[in-house]
Amino acid sequence: MRLLQRMLPHPILTLLLTLTWLLLVNGWSLNSLVFGFGLGLIIPFVTQPFWPNRPTIKRPIKVIQYVLLVLYDIVVANVVVAKIVVFKSNDARQPNWVTIPLELRTPEAITALAGTITMTPGTLSADVSAEGHALLVHCLDAPNPDEVRDEIKQRYERRLMEIFE
Amino acid sequence: MNLFFEILITGFLIMAGVFGLVGSFGLLKLNDAMSRLHAPTKATTLGVGGVLLASMTFAFAKGPHWSVHELMITLFLLLTAPITANFIAKVHIHQKETRDSLPAAGEDGSWATQNLDETGDQS
Repeated sequence: MRLLQRMLPHPILTLLLTLTWLLLVNGWSLNSLVFGFGLGLIIPFVTQPFWPNRPTIKRPIKVIQYVLLVLYDIVVANVVVAKIVVFKSNDARQPNWVTIPLELRTPEAITALAGTITMTPGTLSADVSAEGHALLVHCLDAPNPDEVRDEIKQRYERRLMEIFE
Repeated sequence: MNLFFEILITGFLIMAGVFGLVGSFGLLKLNDAMSRLHAPTKATTLGVGGVLLASMTFAFAKGPHWSVHELMITLFLLLTAPITANFIAKVHIHQKETRDSLPAAGEDGSWATQNLDETGDQS
């Protein structure tokens, strides 16, 4: 069991790499499955030092929900930003910095949250605080920064908490 | 290839073109560096996404094989767009912002990018 764990430090990464390889080959054959699985074994093993602790995902179903939610929000984000760019004059726009205090502690979860913030409506994550307890977010048009903060905490952070912690 | 797919592909291409144009226009129109970052990270995602959807639909309708490369491109694009934006934002903070021009960093006292004095890094 220990040996298996040593050989397979990140089972999910192995699966993901195999799947990625199959998608890259753009077709289904036993050959590419075996080769992809080989890559999936070698790459996590070689890059092991870069991933000292593996993030635990508590509820896999929630991940799918979250990805779908973010994809939907990306489409909305595009329309919202396009509207602001085309119809709103620069004087009427109120760009603003917002501090988002974090309850998340897992580095992977914070990375996911930062990426989500960048891809979703009118917000862009710029920096993390020195000890990783807050995110600095830039808003394209935010007359009311508190509202933005609450929405991010409600909509994304709460869901990520359920997934990672 | 029947009319339905042709219309669908055309729709995707037009959508992609519009969003790509708006994203580039945003770069010109918005008036400060941080706001300019918003346009390419968002509008362009759907711009490229539209072209990729059109490409997938075309491969599906024309046959004989499906194509899933586009899904990979979308995946890599969604994974990398926030990182480039983050790097540009960091450069901006280094060069243009001071401790007073950013909001307070909560319990930690300072933002990671501006936290150089304590570590002795003089860059």
